[in-house]
Amino acid sequence: MKRRLTVFLACLFLGASLAASAGPAEDRKALTAHYKQLLPGVKFQDYVLGALALNKDALDQYESIMMFPPFVNDVDDGRKTWEKPFKNGKTFASCFRNGGKKVAGGYPYFDNGVGKVLTFENALNACLRHNDEAELKYGSTELGLLSAYAKSLSDGMKVQVKVEGPAALAAYENGKTHYYSRRGQLNFSCASCHIDNVGKFVRSEQLSPMIGQAAHWPEFRAGTELVTLQGRFRQCQKNVRATPLEFNSEEYNNLEYFLTYMSNGLPMQTPVFRK
Amino acid sequence: MRKKLTLMFALIAGLGVVNLSVAADAAKEPAGRTVAFDKAKGNCIACHAIPNDPKAESPGNIGPPFIMMKERFPDRNKMRTQIWDSTVANPRTSMPPFGKHQILTEQEIDQVVEYIHSL
Ligand code: HEC
Ligand code: HEC
Repeated sequence: MKRRLTVFLACLFLGASLAASAGPAEDRKALTAHYKQLLPGVKFQDYVLGALALNKDALDQYESIMMFPPFVNDVDDGRKTWEKPFKNGKTFASCFRNGGKKVAGGYPYFDNGVGKVLTFENALNACLRHNDEAELKYGSTELGLLSAYAKSLSDGMKVQVKVEGPAALAAYENGKTHYYSRRGQLNFSCASCHIDNVGKFVRSEQLSPMIGQAAHWPEFRAGTELVTLQGRFRQCQKNVRATPLEFNSEEYNNLEYFLTYMSNGLPMQTPVFRK
Repeated sequence: MRKKLTLMFALIAGLGVVNLSVAADAAKEPAGRTVAFDKAKGNCIACHAIPNDPKAESPGNIGPPFIMMKERFPDRNKMRTQIWDSTVANPRTSMPPFGKHQILTEQEIDQVVEYIHSL
């Protein structure tokens, strides 16, 4: 009896939450409206600038730094890896449509064959695997710099992540749940900061909106310190004293999938400087 | 209402009605102040301004400023509860539950209440 009641209540609850979130497109619409209300002065296109869109001085500084980016040599190391022939003579370009130009905006995508979200880094490693080369370690500088160069070939491409079919939707929902769940001793969810308190200051750091956050990775902080998107997830989680997850864990890949979907329609900006 | 109240406090502070010269005397720095400033402890200034304390530099603005706290919290225990578990008053709060999650010890919470209440 008690069990039945629990199941009944669970169904009710599920029904209610389904009604509240009718799907990814509606989630995105609701979130866009939320930011429009809280950040009335910011144009949608400028969300890719993150916190810079909220502070004129910081934006001016950013623009002058981007005229002579301090990380050109680092990205050039990535280019060397990208262009270096494999033992079989092929290069990374052979693994991607259009030689790798204007493709990265379609990642991550849900692969129904493997039943998982595949990130752009996964595609780079798949290329190595298919050509009998050793894969690069997730979270390593080498893979980070390679992805920085490879994504620069897609600079300006609009993010266009698709969520199609029940398995893809489940991965999206898993990422979304992660985003809204409180974690760590300090009891924050990602949403506490980047949705509820967007534009406000934590000490002197202004909180960027989540829409636009996934469109410009990797970034170079303080000039040449390479940070990947999942590296940033880990930093935010450490800051709230939560245990960060592993690079390329299924949960982080799902989180990246959810987050990147929310940046759909925005132009990729890669790579960029952040303070 | 909350917004109006905040604005009012900001105005009062701006007019200098509130005594801005409560310069901290290092010798008798209250223990609660250390807790409130310490990044590894309360780190309250990450979110709350302390307009009367010149050393509270570049505070955040996620929570309301600490000002006229005696008037706003005639019942000290209510303030202690807010700090011990902020989710009681507001389940969606972004303020960490300092007591419930053992971010601060009971003694540190008493100290911080003492200090904040004096502002
Ligand atoms: C306690 C507040 C807080 C929490 C919780 C938090 N973040 Fe952040 N996050 C920040 C701050 C501060 C920055 C740096 C300023 C900015 O760009 O927003 C930042 C930056 C970011 C950035 C980089 C933005 C850019 O343009 O460079 C991403 C992506 C991000 N956070 C994602 C997340 C995710 C995902 C979570 C949860 C797993 C999370 N954050 C949780 C405070 C937080
Ligand atoms: C990450 C943000 C954050 C931190 C850190 C934080 N607070 Fe708060 N605090 C808030 C918010 C937001 C509120 C507004 C009420 C709410 O939403 O719960 C609040 C409300 C309060 C209130 C009630 C004030 C009023 O006028 O209602 C007190 C007292 C308070 N905080 C004390 C503290 C103390 C003491 C610390 C440090 C030990 C602290 N807070 C740390 C965010 C924070």
